[in-house]
Formats: sequence, structure tokens, C-alpha cells
Amino acid sequence: MTVSPRTRDIHHVDIGTARLIVAPGGAAAALPETGIGSTERRLDGDDKVTGRAAYAGEEMPPGTLHGVLVTSPVAKGRIVAIGTDAALAADGVVRVIVPDDMPALAAPSVPPVAQSFVPMSDTSIRYEGQPVAIVLAETLEQAEHGAALVDLRIEAETPTVFETAETVTPRTEGNGYILGALDPARGDAEAAMRDAAATVDAVYVAPTRHHNMMEPSATLAEWRGGALHMHDSTQWTYGVRYALSGLLSMEPGDIHVRCPFTGGGFGAKGYVWPHQILAPLAARLAGRPVKIALSRAQCYTGSGYQPVVRSRVALGADADGRLTAIRHDTENVTSTADDYVEFGNAGTRSLYPAPNLSLTTRIRRADVGTPTAMRAPHEGPGMFALESAMDELSYALDMDPLALRLANYAETDPANGKPFSSNRLRDAYAEGARRFGWDARPRRVRARREGPRLIGSGMASAIMSTFRFPASARVCLTRDGAIRVEAGAQEIGTGTRTIFPQIAAERLGIAADGIEMVLGRTDLPETGGTFGSSSTISVGSAVADAADALRARIEGLADGTLPPREAWPALLRENGTGELVGEGGFSLPGDAPFDAHGGAGEHSMHTWGAVFVEMAVDEALGLARMRRCVACYSAGRILNPVTARSQMIGGIIWGYGRAMLEKSAMDPRSARYLSKNLSGVHLPVNADIPQEIDVSFIEEHDPHASAIGVRGIGELGEVGVAAAIANAVYHATGRRVRDLPITFGDLVG
Amino acid sequence: MTTRPHDHPGEAMPATRFVLNGTDRAVTHEARVTLLDLLRERLGATGTKKGCAEGACGACTVLLDGERVNACMVLAAAVHGREVTTVEGLAAADGTLHAVQRAFVEQDALQCGYCTPGQVVSAVACIREGHAGSEVEIAEWMSGNLCRCAAYPQIVAAVQQAAAELGTPQGGASGAVQSTAPAARA
Ligand code: FES
Ligand code: FES
Repeated sequence: MTVSPRTRDIHHVDIGTARLIVAPGGAAAALPETGIGSTERRLDGDDKVTGRAAYAGEEMPPGTLHGVLVTSPVAKGRIVAIGTDAALAADGVVRVIVPDDMPALAAPSVPPVAQSFVPMSDTSIRYEGQPVAIVLAETLEQAEHGAALVDLRIEAETPTVFETAETVTPRTEGNGYILGALDPARGDAEAAMRDAAATVDAVYVAPTRHHNMMEPSATLAEWRGGALHMHDSTQWTYGVRYALSGLLSMEPGDIHVRCPFTGGGFGAKGYVWPHQILAPLAARLAGRPVKIALSRAQCYTGSGYQPVVRSRVALGADADGRLTAIRHDTENVTSTADDYVEFGNAGTRSLYPAPNLSLTTRIRRADVGTPTAMRAPHEGPGMFALESAMDELSYALDMDPLALRLANYAETDPANGKPFSSNRLRDAYAEGARRFGWDARPRRVRARREGPRLIGSGMASAIMSTFRFPASARVCLTRDGAIRVEAGAQEIGTGTRTIFPQIAAERLGIAADGIEMVLGRTDLPETGGTFGSSSTISVGSAVADAADALRARIEGLADGTLPPREAWPALLRENGTGELVGEGGFSLPGDAPFDAHGGAGEHSMHTWGAVFVEMAVDEALGLARMRRCVACYSAGRILNPVTARSQMIGGIIWGYGRAMLEKSAMDPRSARYLSKNLSGVHLPVNADIPQEIDVSFIEEHDPHASAIGVRGIGELGEVGVAAAIANAVYHATGRRVRDLPITFGDLVG
Repeated sequence: MTTRPHDHPGEAMPATRFVLNGTDRAVTHEARVTLLDLLRERLGATGTKKGCAEGACGACTVLLDGERVNACMVLAAAVHGREVTTVEGLAAADGTLHAVQRAFVEQDALQCGYCTPGQVVSAVACIREGHAGSEVEIAEWMSGNLCRCAAYPQIVAAVQQAAAELGTPQGGASGAVQSTAPAARA
């Protein structure tokens, strides 16, 4: 689908963007009228507010069958028999697919396949909610009813959960989930800790949580001859292609995946999960297109989750607050099939320099599905621990928490000594503190009271790895004079349908509105997934390169100068040229397929932020509310202040959810999630969130990370918020909560 | 031989007749079909979204005789003789956006867009109900619509902008809200 032109003028009403980008010295930076950095409103906004935007599962080619997965009610065991008679006798049920029907599959490559165990490929049961059969019927209601009639005989065993599993070292050999060294160390942390003027040592727990994206995963699989066509709710169309090409031993080019709009994902739709493998197999067996839309309940086991991360953090500092030793040991839950590693100490490696460091990264294998990346992976759960510990250290030293951070400012990356590609964290601390009014904060806890409520403020640093993928893109001048930008990337809410045209517009010296953006298909230039805050940096750079190539071709037709926009169609006609195409790309040092924080390059790449929060706590009611949040970031150039601000606000609210609401509790006896619905799982709602969320960015142009001055922002907004909230609750009440979320019981009485 | 959809002797029902976005519709369907699935799976009206199918997310919000309801909690048969307005029915015939739709774009009150049709329809009703008197009141009365992208402050700003443009009805049902909502916010 292409995005429709605007139905009417959208006004650039003032939404506070004037103070969004902060120039050196604290003045508001001037925003350009058009192109990069302008406050262009979403070019796909009209499609989204009118219901025209087409999501997966909303398309029904003639003859499409509805598929409903039958899932295992137990977490561990073996399927003994599957009775299908009753289901097959029900109205409208066409077929029931069981493990015996499954063709042999090649070994999955993980990632892009999310887990190395493919359900239904044998009779084993490895986690609760695992698909064991598929009911295909003419209507959704018939398929759902049929699924309820399938009779499962299972030999169940007692499952292991995080609490009962053993702590082990993850496999590194052939493990696609290893993103760095497991146990980096330098100096002698233990000895330095003994000699320190002040120390803290505590355990912090960030629990298992789910993505809870609003669009449940859905997929439509259709065979046309030997080729597979899928409309899939994914964050990575090319990943689906590669995953299925491997499993089904098919040529990648015979697998066509499209996803013009993804209804949220936050990581859940990054890799390829069982329903995306089973739908094409079911469609082949049935000889008809098959649509599988996970129910909300199935979303809790049908794709991954952010695993519980238990961190032990110990810090030692001298009397001036300079860290002499850091220790951060993490462990996360994973499945029995895959050693998924949540690098909870990723941020700890690069945020503060300490001469002595000891980090360990461990896992516990349990009878659960494989975890996956979720906003913000690694630094998200890990920085809650480190930045809570830093707050505790500030009280141990009787030092202002912000002053403690500044005393430990890293001029180069402590992990490898490399210079940063660009780093304005110091300015972010200063601007955030100024906007928040941090100077007026009393040092003591329980120092401010308003009626029945105690008021406290807390802060935290944020740091996030910069992830990059190679990417390609195309910018075309069509025969009728229109500009079209093409890239395989996805639109998931980050605004790619707006910022990619903005980039092309600036390079071509034209307006962004009116540029056609085509994305989300495997017949478009290849890109990585839309995750890890990597799209703008990678695909955006490729779009810029493609636009430059097109510009050069236009100039070539016009004696080396760029003629005015209106003259372009005539130029094509005069030269008898059809469509004019500019191809562009973005590659990584050493032609790596992926890199994190700068990879093999000379510079270390991270994004940073300073988060300040004010909490009001009513101890009689056990009630805490966030009253305001000020966050200032150093994240490279900001392509669109409006969409960037929304991303950060979203991230901050995710951080609020982590701090105050979210936990996917599991029953340890059955290894089942206790609530698999949106009424039992607490998520932030509008009334939880204060209107005063003040986001700003330090004006910055990163010359090394990409071709367009940017790094990434999507994950960063979530980092640090939970620590800032917990620190503010401590400041308000003197109650230190180290086990999230902060609940009534932590605050009452 | 497979059964043709919607042709079940034992469950034959008279057609449900209703007005969808100003157009008369008559549909035969099984008794168990919800209004949401009827819209999305039978009528191709996919603007209305399905987030949970149990009344917990608001993605499926439509107006039933002008009042906001979760379409997943309404049986299709129950709309017989009534009027349903979905997100597809808000803009003018020439495509001009409804003030609420325009405000959502201008305030950037959306990201992935999946909750957005429900938010927009809910906001139209919220304003008509007289529940858009203050930021706090809007946030309370828009809390039946989850947004995991978390565009909440922008949604409040969009509702405020549209309410100012459309004018708020007098003597709405907001009295009770004004007395309870602020107390709930510390
Ligand atoms: S789909 Fe109806 S409330 Fe969620
Ligand atoms: S815009 Fe994505 S859920 Fe609201």
C-alpha cells in the first residue's frame, strides 16, 4: 500500500518544540522550516487517524482460512495423543494440523528465527502456551470453537522456573544471542572495595515483562505456485524471508514479505516466532491462504518477553566520590532451547570510569519460551540497578546525586579507551538540572511534605548502545516528476514514513510533503530490522546516499547544476529518459553484518541522557504518583523534533511502567503466567501520566556514527527512568525499593 | 465437503439491519459474532482495531447511537435497528478530517497508529459527553483506551485542542468526575 496524499493542510500548532533542541549555552536552537530538523507532522498521520493504514491480518484474499493455534496448558512434557474428531465434526472446520502432519524442517538459524526449538516439529512440550495443533476453518468463530474441541493427552512433568533453576554460564559458541564479553574485568575490584571510603552492595530485580504491543501478532500466508507471499506483522520483513528460506530450504527470492504498517512491537516482532513458521506450512497443507492472528492471551507465550534480570551491584568510592571499584553481576531467565543473554551490565561497561571492574553475565535455563529484546534491552533492566546503586552511594557519601555523576564523568569509553563519536552528556546533565530546578532540592530524605503527601525528587543517567545494520535504499524521480523513496524498512510508529522523505527532501532541496515513501516489503532495497534504534542511523544514511546519487544524475542531465524542482519532468522528457533512479547504501567498518557501540571502528558510540523525576507519595494510602519528569538527551542530530519528542515521551512512560506497574508474574509450580490479558497485566494508562514530561535534546551532529549526524533514540528514552523514580521515592520517604515494580506494599504505613 | 461460511441450518438468524457510517447494511451471521468481528472480518471495515477482544484496551471503540462502546463487547445482533459510527465515518465526504483527527496529527498524538482509531472515536465521544474540561479530566476519561506507544500527553493535548475548536457542551456529566478525579491524582 502507498500512503495517500494529505486530505487537508495540517497546521504546525505550537506544541512546545521551540525549547526542544538546546544549543550550546542553553539557548533554544532555531529549527529549519523544511527538511531535516523541521517540525514536519507525520506524513502518514492522515492514514492512521482515518483507519486507512493497513495492518497485517486485515487482508483476506479469496478462499482464506482462519487458523487458530491450540496451545499446551502445561510447561513440560510430551504429547501422547491429539483427538481431532470433535473439532473436525464442527461446522466450518476444514482441517486440524497436528505434529504428524509437519514436514521436516532444516535447523533454524537463531536469529532471525527467535528460538531454536520449533513447536510441532516433534511431540515434546518445552513451555506453556507452545502451539501443538492448528485448526483451520472458514470463519474466525468456527476456528476458535474448533480449537476448543481439540482433545489433548499430555504426559506432564514438573517444570523448572527462574527461582528453581541453576545459575550457569551461557554458551558462547554458535550462540547468536551473545553481544559482547560475558565477564569483562580490570584491576582488582575486591581489594579496591576493601580500601574504599564508601561502599554499597545490594541486589536489584527487574522482573519479567511483556511487550504488550497493541496489535497482536498476525500473519497471512499465501502460496502462489512455488512462491510464498506473506503479509506479516513484523519489525523485519527481510528477517522473515531469511528465517523461512532456511527452515523451508527455499530460495530467499521465492519468499515475499510485506508489512506497510506494524501496530507496535517493541521487540516482540523483531525475530521470527512459531506462528510465522506454522502459517505458511498450514497454507501449503490446506492449499489455501491461511491467516493466523494471535489472541491477546497467546501474545504472552507466542513471542518473547524481557526476562527477569537479577543484578548484584557493589560500588566503592573515594572520599571525593570517585569510583574506585564497580562490580555488577547479572543473571536472567532463558529457555531450555536457547541461551538468550540479557546483558544487564552493558551500560555499566561504558558509563563511569573505575580503575577496578568485575562484571559477570549468567543465565538460568527454565521451562519457558525464549526471551527476546524488549525496549530497552540490556541497559533498560541493568541501569535500574546501577543507577539505584549510585543513588545509594550518594547518600553513603553525603553527596548530591548529580555531583556524584559529574565526579565520575567518562571522557573516553572506559570499556575500551576509544574516543566517543560524540558525547554531550555533560550538557544534558546541566540542561536537565536547570529545567528541573535540581539546585533547589533538599539533600535530606523526607524533607518535603504537602498535606498528606511526601514529595521527593530523584535523578539517573541514561546510556544506550548504538546498534547499526548495513542498509540500502533507492530514491527515484518518476516519469511524471514525482519523487519516490524506497526501502525495505518498516514503519512501527517511529516515524520512518516521515523522516526518510525529510532526508531525501533536504538532499534534493525540495519539500518533504508530497514525496512518496514505499517501505515494508522484501522487493524493496534490503535493510535490517526496525529495532534497536537502528533504522534512522542505518536506513536514513542509505536514503541520504541514494538521494545524493539521484541529485547527481539530475545534475548530470542539466550540465552539472541542479535545476529548479518544476523543471525536472521537462528535463526527463527532453533527454528521453524514463524514471531516474539513485541507489544508495550504508555499510559498516569491515563490512560487518551488524555492530553495537561502534564495532570495529575507531570510535565508541553510545547515546546518553539525564532523567529527573518528582514523585508524590501518600504513605497512608500506599499511593505514589509521578508529578513531572524532565529528561535531556545527547543522541546526535535530531531529524524531526516532533516525532523524536513523542519517541522519548513514550520511552519515559515505558520506564514509568517498569518502575510502578509492570511485572509478568509466573506461577512457580506450573510455569504459567498468572495473567495473560490486558486487564490483569498492569500497563500505564493516560490517567497515570502527568502532562508535564519535558523532553529536550542537546544540539549535536555526530560526524562518525552515520552519514547524517544521528545516532539513535527509541530505546534510550526508557533507560534510567525506573531508577530516577525509585530514587525519588527514596528521597520522598526514605524507603529504598530494589525489587520492581514499586507497589502499595512498599509504600504503605 | 466443507460448510460454506454463514450457512448453518441450526443457527439461522434473520439478517441484522443497521446503519454503518450513514449507510444501511443487512448482514446474516452466526449468533456468536461480535460487532468487532462483523466489521473487520465480514464487512471489510478494518479501521476499527482488535487489541484484546475482552473490553480491556479500547482499540475497538465505536459509537453506537452516538455513545462510545467497545465493539468487541457488543454482539453483532444487538446493533439491529441502531446506528454505528466507526473511524471511517468521521471525516467529511470530501475527505476533510474531523477536528479530532486533525488535532491528533497536529499534536502528534499517535505513533504506530494501532490504538489511534479507538482513541479518535473515544475522543469524539469524550468531548460530546462534556468530559474534556481539563487535562486531568481528559486523562481520566480517555483511560479506557490503552496506547502502548504511550502518546498519552499528546492525546490529552489533542483532545483539548479539538474540544476548544468544537466547543464543549454545557451541563455535561462532568460534575461527578470533577469531584473524584483530582483527588485520585496526588
Ligand atoms: S478489542 Fe475491544 S476493548 Fe480491546
Ligand atoms: S499509537 Fe501505537 S499503541 Fe497508540
